[in-house]
Amino acid sequence: MILIGERINGLFRDVARAIAERNPEPIHALAVAQTKAGAHFLDVNTGPAVDEPEKVMGWLVRTVQEVVDTPICIDTMNVKALEAGLAAHRGRALINSTTGERAKLDAILPLAKEYGAQVIGLAMNEKGVPKDANDRTAIAMEIVAAADEYGISPQDLYLDPLILPVAVAQEHAPEVLETLRQVRLLADPPPRTVVGLSNVSQKSKNRSLVNRTFLAMAMACGLDAAILDVTDQDLMDVVATANILLNKEVYCDSYLEVARRAHAG
Amino acid sequence: MEVLKEHWTGKVREVAIGATRERGGTRTHTVTVGGETGLPFLHFEGEVPNPPRIAMEIWDTSPEEWPEALREPWADVLGDPAAWARKCVDKCGADLVMLRLASCDPDRGNTGPAEAQAVVKSVLSAVGVPLIVIGCGDPEKDNEVVPAVGEAAAGENCLIGIAKQENYKSLVATCMVNGHNIIAQSPLDINIAKQLNILITEMGLAPERIVIDPMSGALGYGIEYCYSIMERVRLGSLQGDKMLAMPVIVFVGQEAWRAKEAREPDETAPGWGPQRARGVAWELLTATTLLQAGADIFVMRHPDAALALRRHIDELLMREEGVA
Repeated sequence: MILIGERINGLFRDVARAIAERNPEPIHALAVAQTKAGAHFLDVNTGPAVDEPEKVMGWLVRTVQEVVDTPICIDTMNVKALEAGLAAHRGRALINSTTGERAKLDAILPLAKEYGAQVIGLAMNEKGVPKDANDRTAIAMEIVAAADEYGISPQDLYLDPLILPVAVAQEHAPEVLETLRQVRLLADPPPRTVVGLSNVSQKSKNRSLVNRTFLAMAMACGLDAAILDVTDQDLMDVVATANILLNKEVYCDSYLEVARRAHAG
Repeated sequence: MEVLKEHWTGKVREVAIGATRERGGTRTHTVTVGGETGLPFLHFEGEVPNPPRIAMEIWDTSPEEWPEALREPWADVLGDPAAWARKCVDKCGADLVMLRLASCDPDRGNTGPAEAQAVVKSVLSAVGVPLIVIGCGDPEKDNEVVPAVGEAAAGENCLIGIAKQENYKSLVATCMVNGHNIIAQSPLDINIAKQLNILITEMGLAPERIVIDPMSGALGYGIEYCYSIMERVRLGSLQGDKMLAMPVIVFVGQEAWRAKEAREPDETAPGWGPQRARGVAWELLTATTLLQAGADIFVMRHPDAALALRRHIDELLMREEGVA
């Protein structure tokens, strides 16, 4: 399971304040804490309301990489900010994200190729988020085909079927799970799959429980990666246990302690 | 035709056994096992940086229960562990010597720690190869004798055993204090193999100091099951499971010469061919099967079986170089 730490996002007040003050310390702390907790990537998002998003993204990427080597998932809809992030990034970044819209694909995929980055592709287009699994998979297929045109391997694509808050759009969750099953059949080697996990529990009570339960269900459907709160110990325990139940790791009585120890750095 | 290859991310850890003078021991050389990055002998997928090694088994007493066919080649050295060890190195080119402290068994000689220390010291001064030492298998007695042996051989970086899930602490402690490696035995159980490795590392012994004994059986006695356990250990290693990524030791001679097919004398099994050839063949075929399963250290008893195994390993490795 590829874990993408969600915390360096301007939607969080501490991050927004750090960005406004250009104070590296909170960013450093979040980068280190998430890396220690087992993150393979760190999602970095400037937040919606910043001036000069390009400068902010470049600063965030450099600031994170001052303290950790963990690659960054550059999370922005602004192509210029994305390019600034890619230019500042050391190592192999993950772009978050393109959609299935042709204009988006033609803007983002060349950048992925140029910088050797991997890409998250959202299963949506100009018409919005599809209602069912088949339409999501159809868009995913278009993204796979477009990536192929640009010489990007399916293994460097992370397709996100887009989970919506269960408190708002309950009917989407089963469709997302079905999409995860279908997407694996689109290419050989198959594209990877990813979800922005915390979205499922927006506006719900018991957020951590909703996240945990959905993650276990999604892993059973073959989910490869998730953007999530890697510092949520209960959630990480679910990852470790699901790896055992899916026979990806050999069971032993101390499996949980070992997983926790590994994540404690 | 294109060969489809697996790309593994993990590898088996390397364990170094023995210490030369520069490292505080008295061995003339050291032996490193493990380090494989693919399945056994799939040379196109991974590397075998260290060849499988042969350890010859010797006892601190004359093994009366060994069949005559097995006692005969050692007739002049039985009961003299130092001379026996020398013969293993001189006649069989043993990479390691594996000393079994059989005489401390309460049902046998019931000898104590002092005798065991003396035997180990005599074997260490008789040969320059690294040493493997195991107790008699009685947990209480092993906890008394093996730590004393660890102390007597301090700094020699031996491989010491046998630790089990129910009985590992005093053995691991002596390895930590005196600088040895440990044999971690599990009863044909991958889950316990992993658990025991975790328990041992939790005590503070480095994972690079553990060798797995998955408990092999002989040909005809559940060897298929051993094979699948060992295969799973290797697959776990290659998939990045760090608590399974240890090299494997197999006690081939012990198992093969326990088999009826190896022990039955000529008179009672006239249709089976001469016992001597039968026993050697049983030991050799058990070893070659476990070689394909991924074992790193082979503890052998009969010199002819050991020498034939050596030729077989050399051929497999040569072929590997030829193709790769």
